[in-house]
Amino acid sequence: MSIRVGEAAEAPSFQKAAHMLLKDDQLRTNVRHATDVITQKRSHVVAEQHDWQQLRDAGSAIKAHTLRFLDHYLDQFEAACTAAGGHVHWAADADEANRIIVGLIQRQGGREIIKVKTMTSDEIGLNRALEANGIHPHETDLADMIIQLGHDQPSHIVVPALHKNRRQVREIFMQAMGLKELGDRPEDLTDAARRYLREKFLKVKIGFSGANFLIAETGGVCVVESEGNGRMCLTLPDVLITIAGVEKVIPTFRDLEVFLQLLPRSATGERMNPYNSLWTGVHPDEGPREFHVVLLDNGRTRILADHESRETLHCIRCGACLNTCPVYRQTGGHAYGSIYAGPIGAILTPQLFDMEHSQSLPYASSLCGACYEVCPVKINIPEVLIHLRGRVVREQQSGASLEAIGMKAMARVFATRRRFEAAQRLGRIAQWPFISQGWIHHLPGMLGNWTAVRDLRPMPSQTFRNWWRGREKGNSND
Amino acid sequence: MTETTSAARSAIFDRIQKANSSVQARSQVADYAAISREYQQSASKHRAAILETFAERLREYDARVHQASSMTVAEAIRIALAEHGQHSALVANAFPKEWLPDGLSWRAEADAEVDAMDKAEGAIVTCKVAIAHTGTIVLKDARKLTLLPDRLLCVVREDQVVETVPEAFARLQSLATDALTFVSGPSATADIEMTRIRGVHGPRFLDVVLV
Repeated sequence: MSIRVGEAAEAPSFQKAAHMLLKDDQLRTNVRHATDVITQKRSHVVAEQHDWQQLRDAGSAIKAHTLRFLDHYLDQFEAACTAAGGHVHWAADADEANRIIVGLIQRQGGREIIKVKTMTSDEIGLNRALEANGIHPHETDLADMIIQLGHDQPSHIVVPALHKNRRQVREIFMQAMGLKELGDRPEDLTDAARRYLREKFLKVKIGFSGANFLIAETGGVCVVESEGNGRMCLTLPDVLITIAGVEKVIPTFRDLEVFLQLLPRSATGERMNPYNSLWTGVHPDEGPREFHVVLLDNGRTRILADHESRETLHCIRCGACLNTCPVYRQTGGHAYGSIYAGPIGAILTPQLFDMEHSQSLPYASSLCGACYEVCPVKINIPEVLIHLRGRVVREQQSGASLEAIGMKAMARVFATRRRFEAAQRLGRIAQWPFISQGWIHHLPGMLGNWTAVRDLRPMPSQTFRNWWRGREKGNSND
Repeated sequence: MTETTSAARSAIFDRIQKANSSVQARSQVADYAAISREYQQSASKHRAAILETFAERLREYDARVHQASSMTVAEAIRIALAEHGQHSALVANAFPKEWLPDGLSWRAEADAEVDAMDKAEGAIVTCKVAIAHTGTIVLKDARKLTLLPDRLLCVVREDQVVETVPEAFARLQSLATDALTFVSGPSATADIEMTRIRGVHGPRFLDVVLV
């Protein structure tokens, strides 16, 4: 199997990438502003929802239950969707999903498609696969369009272009749309997008979307959005193709009453987002006459197999954990090297890879717990992070890495008092070339990994034990 | 279904079953029934307060709310359209025609192609359920009609308004396999500097006549 998560397998470590991005003041200002606005709106609408904790409990319980019976619900969804005139396809990994989708489009003779925002398509690298086959995807979500026209990468799950400000967006639009004049008010920019895309919506015959929820009971699909571009793509084309991770299935129509309360309040701080579309297979009077849904594994069932972290699959992609995370708020999304950024990205990306790539991500956190507190489906992200750090360490120990040898040596030193105190004496002598104005800023060799992201206090001239011994002899110096 | 996708299907199901081999303590039905649903599922307010909340939420979304009795719906629609200077409309197939004001130039949804919808001044529809708590109207079918024209007018009967989202889902259960659209205010975006802009691709104006 070849698991792909965007370009994450080739990305530099979080620590390395973050170092560069921390110097980008514009990016940091934009990220801070956007996350502040959403966080504030979210806390307002969550505070007024008196049964919020009960909704979280139910959301978490429904997701945990669904995962326990995932084969049952996928089977049920497939049968119901097929009975309603839809076609269900299965993809074990990203390449297979891309092959299926390209094949479906080519069978229609399609040269272009209109796309609703879908993280899953970014995960499998769909746009690149389409372009390699001469098919042009038009991103229609305003932020995704900014990213696509600006040849950029998304930096947030819900508002992917939050790192761009109005002047930057204006530049991108003028160039890509060939406009001579364009204002830089958000109204002007939105209006330009409306005019540019309306023509595409009416012309392009194949629509493509992700899914927020698949309903096993009915075979239906639910997509939530704000702009109306989603509704355009879901209803105007002749053919609709939807991609969804296998974990997106929920048991019943009624279960939406929980998730449609949790998701909008958590994602955008709204009581309800402007549009939710629900459809089941093909509807005779209106909408696409052909509907395909591609169900994607791409590492999800491997996450399911780890019982200590399978709750990662509860995620409904609201982005609340990004907005509240003190690390994300400093670095923005690009440092994570994955289309899934922030705390959820830090646990999701490496697990999709079965910990073979992105091993630095479980360390991209201070474990403060803010993400767990805001998570609408109660994913205990700090606990999963610690679990994954354990997996990274165990994997590294199995090899003869320098760090593993160092750790074994350390264990021997810590085993007896004599060796420990000798090491302390040695350390006090060895450290003095590195001390400057009472701090250690840089350590040599492997120890430098520690000081790369923080300064150290030097070891004190006297240990507690020394002081205690001196005190017994009556010559305490305090 | 192609051969490779069915191979993928059985591989995925195998992995799921292996991953779950030790966790299915009870049956799926019993396990689902055991999910705790302590959240609010029924109304807690008086009818008048529920209707007031509904109107207030709509206004917060920049929608206009017009009150009418069953006798004055046509008049309320006439006034609402006049405020926009609107003289014509496309009307949903299921809309009661006696509610249309005299003098309005209208065509039925069934007679309009996509191009006509794109150029139409506005659409007039009814809803299936409305949710006060979130200011939402739930529409069945008429998906293009309620999307392409720049103005949307929806007639909501008072008895269609429920307080909470779970009450709405209870009422919608019989329509669970229909094409449903939940509309909460006009189309909007906050993608540029988190500034909320009304009307991206959907209708920029929403009028609700509350009967």
